[in-house]
Amino acid sequence: MAKKKITKKVYLQWYEDMLFWRKFEDKASALYIQQKIRGFLHLYNGQEAVLAGSVFAMEENDRMITAYRNHVQPIALGVDPKKIMAELMGKVTGTSKGNGGSMHMFSKEHNFFGGHGIVGGQIPLGAGLAFADKYNETGAVTLCYMGDGAVRQGAFHETMNLAMLWNLPVVFIVENNGYAMGTSVERTANHTDIYKLGLGYEMPCEAVDGMDPTEFYPVIQEAVDRARDGKGPTLLEARTYRYKGHSMSDAQHYRTKDEVAEFQKKDPIGIVQKIIKDKKYASDEDLKEIEQRVKDKVNDCVKFGDESEFPPADQLFTTVYAQEDYPYIKTQ
Amino acid sequence: MSRVIQFREAVAEAMSEEMRRDEKVYLMGEEVAEYNGAYKASKGMLDEFGPKRVIDTPISELGFAGIGVGSAMNGLRPIIEFMTFNFSLVAIDQIISNAAKMYQMSGGQFNVPIVFRGPTASAGQLGATHSQALESWYANTPGLKVVVPSNPYDAKGLLKSAIRDDDPVLVMESEQMYGDKGEVPEDEYLLELGKAHTVQEGNDVTIVSFGKIIKEAYKAAEELEKDDISCEIIDLRSVRPIDYETIVNSVKKTNRLVILEEAWPLGNISTEITAHVQQHAFDYLDAPIRRINAQDTPMAYSPVLVEAYLPNADHVIKAVKEVLYI
Repeated sequence: MAKKKITKKVYLQWYEDMLFWRKFEDKASALYIQQKIRGFLHLYNGQEAVLAGSVFAMEENDRMITAYRNHVQPIALGVDPKKIMAELMGKVTGTSKGNGGSMHMFSKEHNFFGGHGIVGGQIPLGAGLAFADKYNETGAVTLCYMGDGAVRQGAFHETMNLAMLWNLPVVFIVENNGYAMGTSVERTANHTDIYKLGLGYEMPCEAVDGMDPTEFYPVIQEAVDRARDGKGPTLLEARTYRYKGHSMSDAQHYRTKDEVAEFQKKDPIGIVQKIIKDKKYASDEDLKEIEQRVKDKVNDCVKFGDESEFPPADQLFTTVYAQEDYPYIKTQ
Repeated sequence: MSRVIQFREAVAEAMSEEMRRDEKVYLMGEEVAEYNGAYKASKGMLDEFGPKRVIDTPISELGFAGIGVGSAMNGLRPIIEFMTFNFSLVAIDQIISNAAKMYQMSGGQFNVPIVFRGPTASAGQLGATHSQALESWYANTPGLKVVVPSNPYDAKGLLKSAIRDDDPVLVMESEQMYGDKGEVPEDEYLLELGKAHTVQEGNDVTIVSFGKIIKEAYKAAEELEKDDISCEIIDLRSVRPIDYETIVNSVKKTNRLVILEEAWPLGNISTEITAHVQQHAFDYLDAPIRRINAQDTPMAYSPVLVEAYLPNADHVIKAVKEVLYI
């Protein structure tokens, strides 16, 4: 697959998608403050270019897996966002029937394999998805995401080695947003070029702008093509930024407001909006229409979540084992 | 028709038969292919199935355990061999946080039909790190099933069922059993997971055990027989789930219970059974339940220390006599 042309239609799609993801999570953040969403809530706010570029490079059967900053990825793959909002609100209509919550979104139908809460734990799983596709000769490619913090886990390094050893059709994307929770990249290792970790495994590797989808797309397309052509894995370091805290209770003393403002100047949504305006792909009125549509869609999600039921208590016992009559020990 | 084969041959037969039956089944682990298995439990399998399905790994338990789980989420049915479950501890996140939780966390979308197998517990003078009986660690975790065969017949029938099971199953063997011989039918058979086996019927006392340590119970029962003490011996076969019904029914008959388990004493299968039986068969007990475990210490190297650490037939005899007030 050669690189696809980024047409007017693509820019407008990116704009609407990224705006929706942003507004969806802004709403989730508001619902968190209202205590309609509990637990942890890690927002993708600022990193959207990576996802927009990735999805444009994917074919229908390709797989995606990521860590716990995972609300908008399934939406990008086609999952009804109402189900994501319902999951955040712990409702039975959610993607995991309310079992998973913020950190554990899944959609088998849309090849979204989670949604994983343990830093780095999803990396070997991603290689395993690719292992199965190679074994079954499906031609599918797995896109496996992780944060900058995860590359310091052993799981990352073992998986880099095995993925190269077995030439697996997988692309590893490190979304380097600068901070593992409150610990900056330079405080986690004596080097900061994360992509160079690929060199030790002789894995093709590259750093790429993770704020601009027009920069990110061609690079990930190349990596996906390489995997699909049987040429093995790639490690990409997408240099990006999150505007919000790690989760909801983060005073962000580890960085300055100026730094955040600096990145907001190259906001992915702003970048795409500027292109749309410069190329006259849409009028101001058209853009307002998109914004209104996004707003309405977000409100529909909240309405759906609000109106949905919580799961029945006995659901605890119906989704642990595939075996239907598993004899649980009960002491209550 | 049956014939006498070794435990390791029973394991290899189970895996090979299931791999012939279902091409989604594959075997992965350290030394499983070219070396024919660290304990020869996969002898001949590389020759039959080729390197696509019998896969040697580097020493990367965390990595290949996780790849196994990921591949199971995407349509395969892996058998992941740990050279010993002592080495599974560097992979435990993939077993506990991923394999065991995936079906639940995904609201029933992704089941994980995987088998993790290999030896557990002590195997001679290997010192502290290579001698840990981890069955109750894994059995504590909802989402897993844990079986512990004690002979070639059980090993084959349980492993075949484990491979066909749609949930993650740990099959915990022993280095010291791979050479054990036993009768195994030529014809195909499966043993249901979660069912105990009453190996020997008796009237005076129930002895519950599992895995290789059960052989100490057999020795003890033989000695006790000489004193006209009749032992009923239950091999649990599975420690998650536990077949409580078979245990309770036996205790209702014999009114006395001794539990033999290699694990450390705090919070394990024997404490669990003790709690269950005192609640569900209290009125039938004629003596306090006795359990026998390894000492509450790491195992040490010296032969004297190994002997002082492990449970043995003498401990069983003593415990049986205690519950019989002899």
